[in-house]
Amino acid sequence: MTTTSDAPARTAAGTPPAPDGADLAVHLLRLGDDALVLGQRLCQWITRAPTIEEDLALSNIALDLIGHARVLLTRAGRLDGTGRTEDDLAFTRSEREFTNALLTELHNGDFAVTVARQLAYTHYAVLYYEALAGCADAELAAFGARAAKEVAFHRLHADRWTLRLGRGTPESARRMRQGLERVWPYTGELFDEDDVVRRLAASGAVPSPAPLRPEWERRVTEVVTRAGLTVPAGSWRARGGRDGLHTEEFGLLVAELQSVHRRFPGGTW
Amino acid sequence: MTGPAPATARRSVREVRERVEAVPDPELPVIGLGDLGVVRSVAPAADGVLEVEITPTYLGCPAMPAITAAVRDVLAACGHPDGRVRQVLSPPWTTDRITPEGRRRLTAHGIAPPASLASSASSAPDGPVAVELGAVPCPRCGSRATRPHSPFGPSRCQSVLWCTACREPFPHLTAL
Repeated sequence: MTTTSDAPARTAAGTPPAPDGADLAVHLLRLGDDALVLGQRLCQWITRAPTIEEDLALSNIALDLIGHARVLLTRAGRLDGTGRTEDDLAFTRSEREFTNALLTELHNGDFAVTVARQLAYTHYAVLYYEALAGCADAELAAFGARAAKEVAFHRLHADRWTLRLGRGTPESARRMRQGLERVWPYTGELFDEDDVVRRLAASGAVPSPAPLRPEWERRVTEVVTRAGLTVPAGSWRARGGRDGLHTEEFGLLVAELQSVHRRFPGGTW
Repeated sequence: MTGPAPATARRSVREVRERVEAVPDPELPVIGLGDLGVVRSVAPAADGVLEVEITPTYLGCPAMPAITAAVRDVLAACGHPDGRVRQVLSPPWTTDRITPEGRRRLTAHGIAPPASLASSASSAPDGPVAVELGAVPCPRCGSRATRPHSPFGPSRCQSVLWCTACREPFPHLTAL
């Protein structure tokens, strides 16, 4: 701990937002956008999942993610000095202002692609939220503790499907292999560390995701191996989401997410 | 008895708490907010305004706005129109907060209550597929010959199990 370690806790009170809350606002917005965008993507499975149980599973997971996004965006809006609410942030930002990791916006693809994306995200999110649960900021720590338990349940769902598809038929194994290959180049961005994260981690405000990567790799490799598959090799990796540079398919997702708000600005029911 | 009190009579903190705890959960109306363990405290805040602290079951629980509105109505009806409802996340809600009476009411209405987290701590932490080890008894016939059907159910906090004796599915409040 450095002598500045209490600074984030002081800004955590939130009112009025202190200037050193800016880094934390950026970071929480990224985490919140990850949850919001992945939740929105998963909602696109509703009525299209392979079984009714799977429809319920994916929509319930999406609901949890949107719950996480609400907490994170609310806090980010309070910290960044703009006074924006969770709704302002979700519904009035343009595509370039979203800072989610590209992994979370990837098109659902077939069911195996969605499972592979869930496998990568949930193993990361459990590790990161567990680390967040130990941070000095009481509000964020409470959120981390709770969210970690919820994503652990989602992780179980992803693990099971990875095993089931990998060890199912030759066709399901082929699809699962393709799913992993599709999403793997996008997983590295989850662990990226820039100056914002480095400053936050150095001050003890929130943990950096970077040191969690070896444990993440160990865990996903274990599941993928048990499924009779191999973790994709290859060094090409995509990044850009954290800087607002998104995939082509992201525009449609944002348009859909914001369509009701754009048509009925400020509408409530 | 001194005749009916006017609607705006200020009820005591204890009376307000009883009424808040009796508010039915919107998704599980067989159980009150008190028995569900959602009401954390009912007490005057530093500025003297009566404040009710509630904890969401799940962070994305869609019932929270309805619960907040219902608690506000109770506060107003109890003569505390300026009363506040505050959401607190810490410590997080767990199914161990459900009272014995709450568990009894759930069972009586066909919903198997959650296994106690404290007593299931010995479960293998990284078992391949187990959500909860140990058979959940069927709320209808009591049979322990039940098996998981779907870890996700009609609402976020419920999973679906199958009773091999009744040959019927039943909802189960997932331990968390």
